[in-house]
Amino acid sequence: MSEGTLYDKVWDRHKVTTLPTGQDQLFVGLHLIHEVTSPQAFGMLEERDLEVAYPELTHATVDHIVPTSDQSRPYEEDSAEEMMSELEQNVRDAGIDFSDPNSGDQGIVHVIGPEQGLTQPGKTIVCGDSHTSTHGAFGALAFGIGTSQIRDVLATGTLAFEKQKVRKIEITGELSDGVEAKDVILEIISRLGTEGGVGYVYEYAGEAIESLGMEGRMSICNMSIEGGARAGYVNPDETTYEWLEQTDHFQENPEKFEELKPYWESIASDDDAEYDDVVTIDGSELEPVVTWGTTPGQGIGISEEIPAPEDLPADKADTAERAQEHMRVEPGETMEGYDIDVAFLGSCTNARLPDLRRGAEIVEGRQVDDDVRALVVPGSQRVQETAEAEGLKDIYEEAGFEWRNAGCSMCLGMNEDQLEGDEACASSSNRNFVGRQGSKDGRTVLMNPRMVAAAAITGEVTDVRELKEVNLA
Amino acid sequence: MSDEVDIPEVTHESGSGVPIEGNDIDTDQIIPARFMKVVTFDGLGEFAFFDLRFDDDDNQKEHPFNEERYQDSSVMVVNSNFGCGSSREHAPQALMRWGIDAIIGESFAEIFAGNCLALGIPTVTADSETIQELQAWVDENPNEEIDVDIEAETVTYGGETIDVTVDDAQRKALVDGIWDTTALMKSNAGEVQKKAEELPYVDDSTASS
Ligand code: SF4
Repeated sequence: MSEGTLYDKVWDRHKVTTLPTGQDQLFVGLHLIHEVTSPQAFGMLEERDLEVAYPELTHATVDHIVPTSDQSRPYEEDSAEEMMSELEQNVRDAGIDFSDPNSGDQGIVHVIGPEQGLTQPGKTIVCGDSHTSTHGAFGALAFGIGTSQIRDVLATGTLAFEKQKVRKIEITGELSDGVEAKDVILEIISRLGTEGGVGYVYEYAGEAIESLGMEGRMSICNMSIEGGARAGYVNPDETTYEWLEQTDHFQENPEKFEELKPYWESIASDDDAEYDDVVTIDGSELEPVVTWGTTPGQGIGISEEIPAPEDLPADKADTAERAQEHMRVEPGETMEGYDIDVAFLGSCTNARLPDLRRGAEIVEGRQVDDDVRALVVPGSQRVQETAEAEGLKDIYEEAGFEWRNAGCSMCLGMNEDQLEGDEACASSSNRNFVGRQGSKDGRTVLMNPRMVAAAAITGEVTDVRELKEVNLA
Repeated sequence: MSDEVDIPEVTHESGSGVPIEGNDIDTDQIIPARFMKVVTFDGLGEFAFFDLRFDDDDNQKEHPFNEERYQDSSVMVVNSNFGCGSSREHAPQALMRWGIDAIIGESFAEIFAGNCLALGIPTVTADSETIQELQAWVDENPNEEIDVDIEAETVTYGGETIDVTVDDAQRKALVDGIWDTTALMKSNAGEVQKKAEELPYVDDSTASS
């Protein structure tokens, strides 16, 4: 059993009691809700005549179904309008803060929480969304929950949960130019497998992690769930505190910042903490990683060859074979040169300001390939606003990208942004499952945002490091 | 305010089987995202495995959920890492509303299993050989009963009883009828409030409410 890790400490601080089921009842410090998974839970509450226990620890946004082009109400699509109205009604009745599109604060739930300073070290954070692990970048214990658990949290402010093991994943060395946080996490998942993290929480550590900014740490924690780990976190440090200090929450209450800092420092993993497992990866050896298949674990370095199914463990062989058929790739090939029809720069993995800035550096002065439709969907209205003020929108539009409003968009194709037919998409998102981007024949290649930008320009999967005259430092 | 609810004890589930073959069947396949644009779960059953069951023109494809012989089945037999991917509870909800009461498989994605438990659906595991045998048996005996004994951790079919595994916490929750955690946890409201008061980041206004 782990001891002295951030996970152990935050767990203990939030444990109310042990239930007769053997599970612990955990206090929830921040409950984030969105339009897709919460309405049913509010319905269940109503059926039982229960009220929201801690509305002030709850925060809502709208992201999955929100149109990213015309956002005038009512939304063109009836079901989207219905979900939005339902959410509006629920938050109004319960007195829950709502970052709605008129507030200028709306965006993908995993972008706005950190942005507004709601996400803090040492908090337990839940949301009916599997990528809630993102918030672990701040040293929070954050995980996705199902609708019945949302009901529990709404009704009681707590959650029944079993304690898990902790695996420390240490990324040593320095990442080379052109290699990003996204590549680190794709590499971790391809090494440990999509089920490798089941039963574990991942602690990301080591020089390569510490030198990342908060956005990079978020990209990594975001995809913990793709590796099977319910939660992932990075211990809070000066980088974390700098981010927190400039959020509205602490700008408005600077004394709170000073008051809470000792708590944040106290919950970081001890130097002599014990882990259930430790994995070490040499970060300096990594290259940009792209996926060749239909699970996020099917990733390879850009110069590596696609594996033959028969060379994989037996239980992965048939998945690999189906994936290769779907993607129309052959073992022995690399992914470089794979034809791309769509480039999607967005999602809670990679649509924060530095992601859009890095992408813009690649596209500036270039043109999107004639056969590619390319779109940028900022992660939040605040990201969008700053990016526009910096001139990023103009750079992208001049290159031939569409510039959209904030939302999940083509990450899962619940709004009008979808792949069509068998289009292949270079995507900065986190899932390449069959049908994920709205078309069941669609093909998704996951990669880092600069690689997406490069693919948009050349019309094929491209090693961004080989594009002429780009500065990747 | 009444939080009295009757939580049924789930000790046994029985019914005829339906085999769903393949590893890593993710929740996008169980219920494609476009069917999630609903504010209640009613009616999700007909969309279970939709893209595996229908082609672009809505013509039926070959899939057990389309087959006449499995229409009354309630025990689903799956392979490994079933329910991986998105945490959407729509997935078990769709399966439950199609008619599934219990799932036997080689392994389940954790969130999916948790979501099943919250609905009182056991997710029972056995090794891959056992599962494949059971799938083959169901294929030949689509109308025969499979009995899942959650308490004893056994599955009985075709006159044979085999050992299976039910996660301890899951078994206890189902068998003792405490799988509906809302009522259970609501009864600790006083202690929860105390916890809120202890946490440094919770505002005094909340802590004193
Ligand atoms: S951007 Fe994608 S992964 Fe992130 S919350 Fe939205 S749909 Fe989920």
